[in-house]
Amino acid sequence: MGVIKKIAGPAVIAEGLEGAKMYDIVRVGNEKLVGEIIRLDGNECFIQVYEDTNGLQVGEPVVSTNLPLALELGPGLLNGIFDGILRPLDKIQEVSGIYISRGIEVSSLDRSKKWAFTPMKRVGDVVKGGDILGTVPEFSFTHKILVPPDKSGKIKSIVGPGEYTIDDTIAELEDGTKLRLAHFWPVRKPRPFTRKLDPNEPFLTGMRILDVLFPLAAGGTAAIPGPFGSGKTVTQQSIAKFGDANIVVYVGCGERGNEMTDVLVEFPELEDPQTGRPLMERTILIANTSNMPVAAREASLYTGITIAEYFRDQGYKVSLMADSTSRWAEALREIASRLEEMPAEEGYPPYLSSRLSSFYERSGRVTTLAGETGAVSVIGAVSPAGGDFSEPVTQSTLRITGGFWALDAQLARARHFPAINWARSYSLFLGILEPWYRQNVAPDYPEVRTQIITMLQREAELQQVVQLVGPDALQDAERLSLEIGRIAREDFLQQNAYDPVDASCSMAKAYGMMQMIIALYKQGEAALARGATIADFLSDPIIEKMGRARYVPEADFPAYKAEFDAQVQHAFLGSVKA
Amino acid sequence: MLKKEYTAVTYVSGPLLFLEGAKDLAYGAIVNIDDGTGRVRGGQVIEVSDQYTVLQVFEETSGLNLERTTVSLVEDVARLGVSKEMVGRAFNGIGRPIDGLPPVVAEKRLPINGAPINPVAREKPEEFIQTGVSAIDVNMTLVRGQKLPIFSGSGLPHNELAAQIARQAKVLGEGEGFAVVFAAMGITQREVSYFLQEFERTGALSRSVLFLNKADDPTVERLLTPRMALTAAEYLAFEHDYHVLVILTDMTNYCEALREIGGAREEIPGRRGYPGYMYTDLASIYERAGVVHGKKGSVTQIPILSMPGDDITHPIPDLTGYITEGQIFIARDLAQQGIFPPINVQPSLSRLMNNGIGKGKTRADHKELADQLFSNYARGINLRRLVAITGEDALTEVDKKYLRFADNFEKKFINQGQQERSIEESLNIGWALLSDFPASELKRIRKEYIDQYHQKTGKLEELVGV
Repeated sequence: MGVIKKIAGPAVIAEGLEGAKMYDIVRVGNEKLVGEIIRLDGNECFIQVYEDTNGLQVGEPVVSTNLPLALELGPGLLNGIFDGILRPLDKIQEVSGIYISRGIEVSSLDRSKKWAFTPMKRVGDVVKGGDILGTVPEFSFTHKILVPPDKSGKIKSIVGPGEYTIDDTIAELEDGTKLRLAHFWPVRKPRPFTRKLDPNEPFLTGMRILDVLFPLAAGGTAAIPGPFGSGKTVTQQSIAKFGDANIVVYVGCGERGNEMTDVLVEFPELEDPQTGRPLMERTILIANTSNMPVAAREASLYTGITIAEYFRDQGYKVSLMADSTSRWAEALREIASRLEEMPAEEGYPPYLSSRLSSFYERSGRVTTLAGETGAVSVIGAVSPAGGDFSEPVTQSTLRITGGFWALDAQLARARHFPAINWARSYSLFLGILEPWYRQNVAPDYPEVRTQIITMLQREAELQQVVQLVGPDALQDAERLSLEIGRIAREDFLQQNAYDPVDASCSMAKAYGMMQMIIALYKQGEAALARGATIADFLSDPIIEKMGRARYVPEADFPAYKAEFDAQVQHAFLGSVKA
Repeated sequence: MLKKEYTAVTYVSGPLLFLEGAKDLAYGAIVNIDDGTGRVRGGQVIEVSDQYTVLQVFEETSGLNLERTTVSLVEDVARLGVSKEMVGRAFNGIGRPIDGLPPVVAEKRLPINGAPINPVAREKPEEFIQTGVSAIDVNMTLVRGQKLPIFSGSGLPHNELAAQIARQAKVLGEGEGFAVVFAAMGITQREVSYFLQEFERTGALSRSVLFLNKADDPTVERLLTPRMALTAAEYLAFEHDYHVLVILTDMTNYCEALREIGGAREEIPGRRGYPGYMYTDLASIYERAGVVHGKKGSVTQIPILSMPGDDITHPIPDLTGYITEGQIFIARDLAQQGIFPPINVQPSLSRLMNNGIGKGKTRADHKELADQLFSNYARGINLRRLVAITGEDALTEVDKKYLRFADNFEKKFINQGQQERSIEESLNIGWALLSDFPASELKRIRKEYIDQYHQKTGKLEELVGV
């Protein structure tokens, strides 16, 4: 047992803690606050404490658990809301009321609940780490029970189908290892897999600007940087709702309490488009709001990614939303400065970049130990100070992530949502995903996409001219390009996250809408050639039909488009006919 | 009871005092520091180790010496004695009465740092608070449990607006208790008298608790003032069912104090010399707003900050914006034209607005009307820029209407002076502003509301009472 030697905010120095290892969990003081060893120096250990340290005294005891920060992974995680070190917040509320008090010990998983287990292995089978022992239904989801990655052997005994708690032994290996429905895994250690796969399938988000212009691959990473009020959280929540994943892990890291409440209120009411069940049943929330202890904020990202890997190992597609990684980096900075470490840029520790990359590199599409395919896609929000993308967290993130979705305060102010700036954003997955798009959307998809991008670029160029001389100075052909660009922006790129239909869009519909815009442009050009004017273009009812397309339900869309296609061939000829 | 005294003071610098042999003082404890002449200062433990204890002294350290100074423990952590009797009283920044009346008899002594609200315990904020200010109520509606800051600049009339909101704010509905907790950090004597007189003159004092930390009060006290105020607010809200509006002015002074103390402690600074933990520190203040399950009361915050150099990317407004749920933007150009309150609705925003408006809360047409006003104003402002280049003659008749709308919107709708307007009145003024336009121009409002209200809410001049 050691004793406290020094206390400075969330950092505590203890001495005399024998056998202390890096990243072991310790209990600090008489109230047994949870802490983690982050530096060893002779007889002294530096500890980051996950709870408020007010009231601690020098000389109070420090006890090591001799175990690293580990999560208990098993049935009961789904539909849950946890703090940064996976303590269920609803259980904490039962113990301590509306405020979170200190030193609370609660189990991550419900220990008394019985789960209906169906075994898939028999006595005598040889199992290795990551193999699937059996399944447990959890809501409409099949939770696969895994052999812990670091265990293997021949099964000496296994229970039959029936109801078991997570503490019951369900199988025993010949070496005496007892297996349960749940197992522990340390958060800072990536869970093993057999092989990483190429990111050649998209992770569809249901947002046109992302899926079409800046796609993310399943198992890829993307960063969403943006100043406050530009819609980071709405974008993240929208991807959580409609993104093509079996499981969503949402880490609210140093963000607003009321926003977490929003998710908690909204998700149970929303329907999962894949199963028709409440969205919350495939969601796990990690909430470490900005006023909760800063060290637990540092841990919350690792907690989130470990859970994501656990579901990946069952062969599922998982998306991890981290909102916001800047707050995580600030937690890192705060603790580093309390430990009087040498700072690098803007006071952040020099290892900021390597920590960020080791987090993002835990994403990926893999062949699991059991031979299945699973993926963890990571989408991290970044909150750059003053909206300035040159700051260290944004820059370190940019070097690692494959997608960069730059949010823009000016677009947000003009109420253009999602306020993703198409000139600044990029995706490194375009090339590798192209064959998938050709095969699954349309053979000419990449060409169609390029045409839309050209229209947007042309409009941006013309806008600069217009700001100098006014729109009247342009030729009708240029006016047409300007109007087409506007249509592409307003009726295609803009998407209303609060509209039940427009909130999510399939690739088929997005492709159809692009074709419609191209058809408008071609017909516009043809009509101008036949003597029509830009006024004919602007006053034609088909423009309004284009504008309504995004609100047409997926099922009705083919018919709507067919109608449009027929109509467009005779459009814009008002004055010519007259 | 004899108090244990510590005498081994070894080092004093700025507001910090180092003490040896005081291992039994807990981190965060509150102490009294006696300089040997009988003068007692307050202090707080900010770092402890087995060799020395660092104290932050609440008043200036001049006159302290190493030999005669003694330190004694007052409380394990900083606390505030709270009672329902606080309503109607004025205190200094650390909770001592300054209104000449005796101290309140405390029902409880609560730690001022509070504890984080469990996100599971929070309820979605969705009840309207009427500030009586048209621009806020219509365009950036304040909702119970929200934190909505005012972004201002030096020399702008944010204090007048704060006093007006403190006077007018109410929740609609019968029998709901409403209280204002007003905390001022680092304000001048002139401002102190202004607030005291305003609160007294308008009768707002009878439902308010005032915490006033003056510019010449010790810097360290400034760090305690908002926490004192929020402790009082939480007590009134969650134990006595009040809907409490907390006004914190000026958060810039608070952050300056944070930087000053950080510097004295020789901490590694973050951006522009402000401590790296400023985000966390501000969050520990702003996040103490909310509505929780099973409690009738609520805590709503309006923090006010003056942006140094009117720069919204400065760390203080920047970090605040990332924590709070929107902002009310005070514009210098509107203030210069004599418009009061000079609120620019374009960069202003209330993130929780949509939860708190509409049928049964304000009025069914509220959202669409607000969108239409916003969009017309934006168009009018754009046209103003064009007119500056081309002159008004180049505009079409419709464009001229938009231009006139933008002027009227600023001069009649936003510029309400000290008048108090109900939400009903504010919405009707909004409709009256739109009466110039044919219904076909009101694209953001559905037909049923146009039929019901368009050109039917009365003449603008009569509504604004000129």
